[in-house]
Amino acid sequence: MRRIPPWIVYVLGALPFLWLVWRGVTGDLGVDPVKEVEHSLGLHALQFLVGGLVISPLRWITGINLIRYRRAVGLVAFAYAVLHVAVWLSLDIQFRWGEVWGDILRRPYITLGMLAFVMLIPLAATSNMASIRALGKRWVSLHRLVYAAVILGGIHFLLAVKAWPTEPLLYLGAGVILVVLRVTHRFLRWP
Amino acid sequence: MRNDLKWSDVTPEGIWLNRRAVMAGVAGAALAPGLARAATDMTPNTFEEITNYNNYYEFGLDKSDPARNAQRLTIDPWSIQIDGLVDRPGTYDLADVMRMGPIEERIYRFRCVEAWSMVIPWNGFQLSHLLDRVGVQSSARYVAFETLYRPSEMREAGNILDWPYREGLRLDEARHPLTLMATGLYGKPMPKQNGAPIRLVVPWKYGFKSIKSIVRISLTADQPQTTWKQSNVREYGFYSNVNPNVNHPRWSQASERRIGGGLFNSRQDTLMFNGYGDQVAQMYAGQDLTRDF
Repeated sequence: MRRIPPWIVYVLGALPFLWLVWRGVTGDLGVDPVKEVEHSLGLHALQFLVGGLVISPLRWITGINLIRYRRAVGLVAFAYAVLHVAVWLSLDIQFRWGEVWGDILRRPYITLGMLAFVMLIPLAATSNMASIRALGKRWVSLHRLVYAAVILGGIHFLLAVKAWPTEPLLYLGAGVILVVLRVTHRFLRWP
Repeated sequence: MRNDLKWSDVTPEGIWLNRRAVMAGVAGAALAPGLARAATDMTPNTFEEITNYNNYYEFGLDKSDPARNAQRLTIDPWSIQIDGLVDRPGTYDLADVMRMGPIEERIYRFRCVEAWSMVIPWNGFQLSHLLDRVGVQSSARYVAFETLYRPSEMREAGNILDWPYREGLRLDEARHPLTLMATGLYGKPMPKQNGAPIRLVVPWKYGFKSIKSIVRISLTADQPQTTWKQSNVREYGFYSNVNPNVNHPRWSQASERRIGGGLFNSRQDTLMFNGYGDQVAQMYAGQDLTRDF
């Protein structure tokens, strides 16, 4: 494990994006390519966020220590979130600013999604050694924002769809469980 | 009966479209002026787009699911139960229903509440002809519809909604000449994912009003319960007229993305009543459409 350098995470993290590009080039994005790209990017953002949150409980429970990959996982998640928002703004809503603000202010799923995205910005901006040194203990507090972001992201997914399908419930459930694990770990001092 | 026709035997769409243009010249004169206008100057989406991008939750939630899962649906034999406040109630065989009105082609805009849209060349007959045939009693004010629910062939459905899927129209909406019982598209029999063998098309309303695979039509005095309204009354009203001015909690209805419009030029303003205001607005005179949404 120690031999695998963290930059491998960036390479692996880029694969879903490259796959999406490939499908775009080969015309394999289906009838509605805009939605397919937008949804895939958002889903990958959520997947990497959840993946980043798995790392600590995995260490507590199994002893497997992947902490040194966590920053890369988080930054890949942020990159997908940026692309997701960028595709929404450009290809989907096509810079109709009136509708953009209307959506952000009035449509709960977009309000919450945007909130989650905004929370990720300071986390990504401080994902470097200089920030960690400068912020000290406050860095840890700041990065707890990711708990809120993953749950908001899950609710964003759930509210974006009609009815109550399973898939968004699974992501939201995973987010809630992972955050609950942290809270219990902190206060109940397990294992 | 064996069918050894392959896709290669189907007339290429381009040739078929040309043929249709010639026929439209002949048939066009017979159409009412409003309908003729509704049927011109719009390029329909391709057959592939129309048949691979469907909301038909009985067959799965993803828009590509119905094309795959609906194929196992048995649509022959098929009958429609017509009951309630009608003079000639009964269970009508599909073949008899298909003869209730002349089959026409209608190219309609189709606007989904999810804020995407298509242009679809339907084939079908006016619902008003069917209503005339079965004899609507004077006490009837609404028409209720039900979709087939057959769990053995619709395994994807789960408990997403309260099945069977139900929809309804006010009688004047049902009698409107734009309201179509669609039996096909692009001159082909209705594909299963699009609601074979027979479905409703109400072009000035959000797509979910255009109920698929109809097995029951009831004339009622009271407003019927509808599936989406039952599921979420705040978001899906009984009328569900396409209305860019009525805010929806999920999707901005001010604009829509035209399927097939490409990656960069697919968004356009949504038209009141989906562009059919000239023909239908008078039905809602005096109604507050922000309340009766």
